[in-house]
Order: sequence, then structure tokens, then C-alpha cells
Amino acid sequence: MGVDFWQILMNGAVELISPTTAAYALAALGLAIHFGYTGLLNFGQAGFMAIGAYGFAISTLTFQFPVWAAVLVGVGASVVFALILGVPTLRLRADYLSIVTIAAAEILRLIFTTNTFDPVTGSANGLSGYKGSYGDPVTREGAWGFAGLNPFPKGSYGFGPWVMDEYNFFLTIVAWVIVILAALLTWQLMRSPWGRVIKGIREDEDAVRALGKNVYFYKMQSLILGGVFGTLAGMIFILPRAVVPSNYATTLTFFIYTILLLGGAATILGPVVGSIIFWVLLSIVSGFIARAQGAGWLPFLSSVQAGQLRFIIVGVVLMLLVIFRPQGIFGNKKELAFVK
Amino acid sequence: MSSNATPSKGAPVKSTGLHVGEPAPGVAKVDPIIVADNVTRTFGGLKAVDVAHLEIPRNAITALIGPNGAGKTTLFNLLTGFDKPDTGTWTFAGTSLAGVPSFKVARLGQVRTFQLTKALGLLTVLDNMKLGAKNQKGENLFRALLPFLWRKQEEEIEAKALDILQRFKLDAKVEDYAASLSGGQRKLLEMARALMSDPTLVMLDEPMAGVNPALTQSLLDHILDLKTQGMTVLFVEHDMHMVRHIADWVVVMAEGRVVAEGPPHDVMKQQAVIDAYLGSHHDQDLGATESENVEAMKELLHDED
Repeated sequence: MGVDFWQILMNGAVELISPTTAAYALAALGLAIHFGYTGLLNFGQAGFMAIGAYGFAISTLTFQFPVWAAVLVGVGASVVFALILGVPTLRLRADYLSIVTIAAAEILRLIFTTNTFDPVTGSANGLSGYKGSYGDPVTREGAWGFAGLNPFPKGSYGFGPWVMDEYNFFLTIVAWVIVILAALLTWQLMRSPWGRVIKGIREDEDAVRALGKNVYFYKMQSLILGGVFGTLAGMIFILPRAVVPSNYATTLTFFIYTILLLGGAATILGPVVGSIIFWVLLSIVSGFIARAQGAGWLPFLSSVQAGQLRFIIVGVVLMLLVIFRPQGIFGNKKELAFVK
Repeated sequence: MSSNATPSKGAPVKSTGLHVGEPAPGVAKVDPIIVADNVTRTFGGLKAVDVAHLEIPRNAITALIGPNGAGKTTLFNLLTGFDKPDTGTWTFAGTSLAGVPSFKVARLGQVRTFQLTKALGLLTVLDNMKLGAKNQKGENLFRALLPFLWRKQEEEIEAKALDILQRFKLDAKVEDYAASLSGGQRKLLEMARALMSDPTLVMLDEPMAGVNPALTQSLLDHILDLKTQGMTVLFVEHDMHMVRHIADWVVVMAEGRVVAEGPPHDVMKQQAVIDAYLGSHHDQDLGATESENVEAMKELLHDED
């Protein structure tokens, strides 16, 4: 029994443009605004993603909101979440924000997991059935939700490893269009005077305060903007799968940090390319380990252990990155060193 | 009230006739820009600042001196809104500033620099400068997305920044990161950046600390130049030579209080000042720890300028 390297590569190629890759890229872009540009240590990006996921799913399932309203509910909830986090902590030193955000994200996840709200949140089983329906293939009778917005006829799209049905094709396009728009928005903001204030705050907020800028207000805007990106990412993330509360544990935040540091924390392209590299490599590595284990090349590992090995590798890569290339792939070493 | 000085090397023209009546702690000024009353700040049991009354003269250079721990920087922080006092009121150009946050104080035209220089290291020198400009349209999150709204203003700000940088001889460094500047250049940049907001009062916290002697004269000239341009300067400094050289008025603090005030050459001869630096038992053995203050005092008394 050999290992089909071609198949492993093809599976990796699928991740290149998958909606999940787009979702992580968007969440990492939000974190780039927080951490890379403003210097806010937000360790609760998973919480913002959970708000997007649950905000969208609950609005759709429990309240039968149309897609645009469900998106607005998620975004509105994340603005409120950012305000709740920011009002008490943004006046304090950066490390306090990190403690509060990591705790707040966990609180959210536990609220979504608890049985008390089972009818609405689905507790530990999560939620599904919010994707909507394409309706009748011709008349579109009965179309609703996200799938109902699909303008493409039913069928198969793409080529090579990227062959997908009309739902995933539509979702992939929507996801990457959102990522591109968010990247352009961030790019424009960071070359504006607003971005200059934000980067100044990263360097020394007292100096910026002494120049007459309302630092607290700018930090709040940054927290909200990056959080909304995370929330939109949370919505994209759940459209190819179901909402499962355990997905929003702190590991999600750390994967996004890995992506951010891989690409470069104070860059626009960094989070996007970082996410692509992360997912393609993760797919190839886990595909290889699983097949190698199946082929008996790794006799010292059980199949369960082999499944976990890839995350050990992610952790090691993160450590190596921070030590040897703190500015990431795209970062300018002079502009952002992880340790000043 | 004052004769304006032109910065000529060696002997700047001092502003005189700033006060009303005999120079004493809390003496009234002819034209005060800052009037502070009953400002106190305690840290635990220590009364760091306890100023009953203080007036800072307009369009003059006032030095705030005193031994280490006298409360100079704390008073600075209070006046600029970076710290909150336990009690007290003060006005800046007639506006009450008690309880006003630091960024609003800066917007009113009272800018400060810091004892430990705060150049924004990973921004370019030019971006550091541009950040100092006030009322920027593009600093609003939504207008930032529409460059045509702020591009013209941005060009004006850039021209102004380049002009000031040229005066400060930093124009060759425009595109460099501020982190690559030397300590003295960072002090210059911080002062230049403060000027971008067209302040009326410039507050410098130890502008000479850590500055290469070669840059000292240039920094002094820039400070004198601020007065020529109609600004008021208040600075904290340990370098007595500099204080004598450029200050029009000296306020001496010790243990949180203002213990003496007056023109530089007179004030340094007062008993209260000698006591502040040397302790009232200065005829007794001081021990090695006091040697720094002794040196400062020797400079005060014997420096012939």
C-alpha cells in the first residue's frame, strides 16, 4: 500500500481557494488591523467569529430573517461586543485587553454550548439548516436564504481540482469578493491620515495623545472594524459546514494569529497569503500523515494520534516564525518586529 | 511687557519686566498664560505636587528647575492632562483646564514633549511630522476612505512639515524611520512635530537630556526661536547652563512646592534655592549621594555665563 502524493497535492490545491481559506484570511485581516496596525492584543477573535456564526444562524433559523438582515444582526452584535470589551479595557495597558478578550470569547462559547439555550443555540450540537434552499432548479420556486440568492444555474463548475457544485461555486465567489473588498478598504484606510494615527498609537499612544488625537476613540474604532471583519469571517466560515460551538475555542484565535504572523502582521496581503499557505500546507501535511500512518510508515502512531500531529506541527511552525522571521513573509523587518 | 529676542549665538535677548511686585513664590505676572491655584497631587503618603499659586508669563521662556523628586514632571503631567490632581484649578489662556483630557489640552494649543523621547519609531520622520498637524479631515474613519476630501490638505501639511524639517536640519531624513535617528535627532523631531500644531504654549520636559553636546546649541537656538515666533515656552531642565542661558524666568520647585521665582541670575542666589538643592544643613557633611546636587549648585553659583 503506497501513498498517493498526487491526491495529497490535489487536496491541498482545493484549499487554495476554499471558502474556509477566505474566512480565515478575513479574520486574520481583522486581526492585522487590531494587532499589526493598532497594537491591540485581541485574543478573542474566535469570539467575534462566533458572534458572526450564531448571529447569522439564529437570525435565519429562529427569526426567519432574510440574508441581509441576518448579516446586519451579526455585525450589530459584534459592534456591541466590541464596545463591551473596549469601554473598560481600552483605557488600560495593552495586556489587559488580551486577558479580557480571551475570557470574553470563552464566555461566549460556553453560553452557546450550555443546555439552557438549547432551543435557540442547539447547545453542543450546534445549528444547521440555515443555508437556505436553491428552490426549484428552473422556476426557483421555494428559494430562500443564502442558497436562494445563487444566480448560477444548477450544475458543476470549475476545472482540475477545483470542481464544485453551484452552491460552493457561488459561496467561493462571494467569500473572495468580500475578502478583496475588505483588503482594499484596509489598504485605503492605512494609507490615509486615519491609518497614520492608528500606526502612531501602535508606537506610543501617549505621544499621539499629546498631539491632540483622541486615542481612546481611535482604538475603539479599530477594535470595532477588525471585529466586524472577524464577524463576517465567522459567517463565511459556517456556510460550507454547520455551526459547532467547539470550533470557537481559543485554538481558532491562535490559528488566526499563526496566519497573521506567517504573512506579516502589518500588511494587507500577508493575512490573505498567510491563510492560503496555512490551509494548503495543513491539508498536505495532514493528508500525508494520515496516508503514511495508514500505509504503516508511522508504526509508533495510532490514527488518532496522527490526526493530532498536524496541530503540533502548527505550533512548532508558529514558534519558529516568531523567532526567525517575526515580520512574516510580506512584512518589512524595519516596520514591524514582534519583539521591539 | 517683553522685548522680543532674535536668536543670536551667545547672548540671547532676555524678556524682562514679566512680573508685578517683588519676585516671590506665586508672584503675579503682567500677562500670564497659565494661572494655577491650589494644585495638589499625592502618591500614597507622598505629596508630589503642592502648588498654592503659580503664574507662567506669556511669550517668555520659563524654566522649571529643582532637585530630583521635586515634582516638576508631575506638575507637567497635571498641567497637560496626563495625570489628574487631587485638588486644584488652572487656566490656560483664560480657559479652565481642570479635568480636561490630554488630547483636548493639546488641541487648545498647549503641546508637550516627554522626558523620555517619544518619537514614533516605526513611522517615517515625515509621517511623525504629519501626525502633529491639527484638524485633519482624513483622520475621520469615513472621510479617510475618500481621498479627494483630504488630499489637498495633506499636501499643505506635507509642505509645512518639510519646511519645519528643513529648519531643524532633518530634511535629509524625511523618508527614514524615526527609530533610525540618534537620540538628539529624536529630541529635535519631537520638538518639530509639536510645532506642526501651531501651539501657543510649548512645554518641553528635559529637552537637553541625552543630547550630544554638538546638538545642544542648535536645540537652544530652536527654543529661542519659538519665543521669536510669539510662542510661550515652559521647560523642565537640569542643565543649569542652559537655564541661565535662555530662560527669562525661573521657577524653583522642591518637595512639591514652588520655593522661589525670579529672573535666572537673581533666583539662584536665594537662600531657599540653595536649601532646596543642598538641604538646609548644607554646612554639614553631605555624604556621597548628594554630590550631584552639590555639582549643580556649584554651577549655579559660579557659572559666569
